Amino acid sequence: MSSSFSIINGVMRRDLILAFRQKAELAQPLMFVLMVVTLFPLGVGPSPELLQRIGPGIIWIAAILSGLMGMERMFRDDYHDGSTEQMLVSGMPMVLVSAAKIFCHWLVSFVPLIILTPLLAVFLNLTWDMTVALMITLLIGTPVLSMLGAIGVALTVGLRKGGLILSLLLIPVFIPLLIFATSAIESASMRLPYLPQLAIMGAILLLTAALAPVAVSYALKVSQH
Amino acid sequence: MADLIAQKLMCIKRDRVLFEALDFSLGAKQIVHLKGPNGAGKTSFLRILAGLATATEGVVKYKEKNIESAGHDFYTSTLYIGHKSGLNSALTGIENTQFWANQHGIDISQSEIIALLGMIGLAGLEDLPVAHLSAGQQRRVSLLRLWLKSQARIWLLDEPFTALDVQGVALIEKKIQEHAESGGSVLITSHQALQPHPLKSEFMLEYRF
Repeated sequence: MSSSFSIINGVMRRDLILAFRQKAELAQPLMFVLMVVTLFPLGVGPSPELLQRIGPGIIWIAAILSGLMGMERMFRDDYHDGSTEQMLVSGMPMVLVSAAKIFCHWLVSFVPLIILTPLLAVFLNLTWDMTVALMITLLIGTPVLSMLGAIGVALTVGLRKGGLILSLLLIPVFIPLLIFATSAIESASMRLPYLPQLAIMGAILLLTAALAPVAVSYALKVSQH
Repeated sequence: MADLIAQKLMCIKRDRVLFEALDFSLGAKQIVHLKGPNGAGKTSFLRILAGLATATEGVVKYKEKNIESAGHDFYTSTLYIGHKSGLNSALTGIENTQFWANQHGIDISQSEIIALLGMIGLAGLEDLPVAHLSAGQQRRVSLLRLWLKSQARIWLLDEPFTALDVQGVALIEKKIQEHAESGGSVLITSHQALQPHPLKSEFMLEYRF
């Protein structure tokens, strides 16, 4: 048991060191979201009602697209420099490694975004209820993005032009999440209960959490053939 | 008794049969020099033996068991060093080594790693990101694993001498010979001739059309 803890610990430490050493890549998704949110009012007009209506959708779409930008970082470098190879021949449980790497990705790519959300919500004139709902949906939804993204990256890591296929592969599976998230925030804007939508998102989260690490570790094994 | 046995291996890559009905065994106190022209399938063969790839046909057995079912037992007693260095270029030599050791369940302190890096000719370069090192120096960092994983009896080395200078080659060759003399087994591919040694033998893979 202690050895699996030390494996997770080691993988996370390495990935976090790497993330903070490549600060530009760390900041890029965040800057992207910030730019989208500041440019939208200029594009569609600064009417507060309009912004309030489309605001949650903008933040969610920006979160999905910004997440896609950093997705490949999860496994691509490891695949090309041979680290994946060495992980596989070390005989340590790849499921644990995959889970640790996915968690790191979420921590680095999405947690800063969730923290930034109250500010973005002010830009888009969201009410307090909407902001709370937005943050909760992001908290439940973004780990799903990381996990599904990890499956996509692990499947396409061996391909030379994997980026395009990755987006085509991932956007459709993100759609249910987007629908339930924006529906929850819309309910919140009308002061209606939005627990059902959150429950469905939570179910999606649990399902992916159970399956994603296994799928990722298998895909990484296959990528070596 | 041979530890690692390959029976009737066949490997097909891009509709070309690299080898078929290949039998091979690797036992204690053996250095096998795997030879063959480019494209003969040396790397594919090594990757199959290391359990990274599966053969189109045939089995690889470790101590009478299929390597998939031998699992952890097999992986802890094997050391595979491939073409790719397995080093992250943004991490330093120390960090790369530490992570690798942790991954392979090896307990080693930072000062021991620094001492080993000095031994292999990288004194003063331990805390530089690997990207700043030359190709030969990077290769030295990855070959440090020969000194780390002492429980591994079977070494599978794919072109370990690439980019190494004369002293580097001599250092690694000496380590390989010591390993074989102490009861280990080594399968190595290299286009360079190896030093003559009583435990050394050759295994030839032909290029097939």
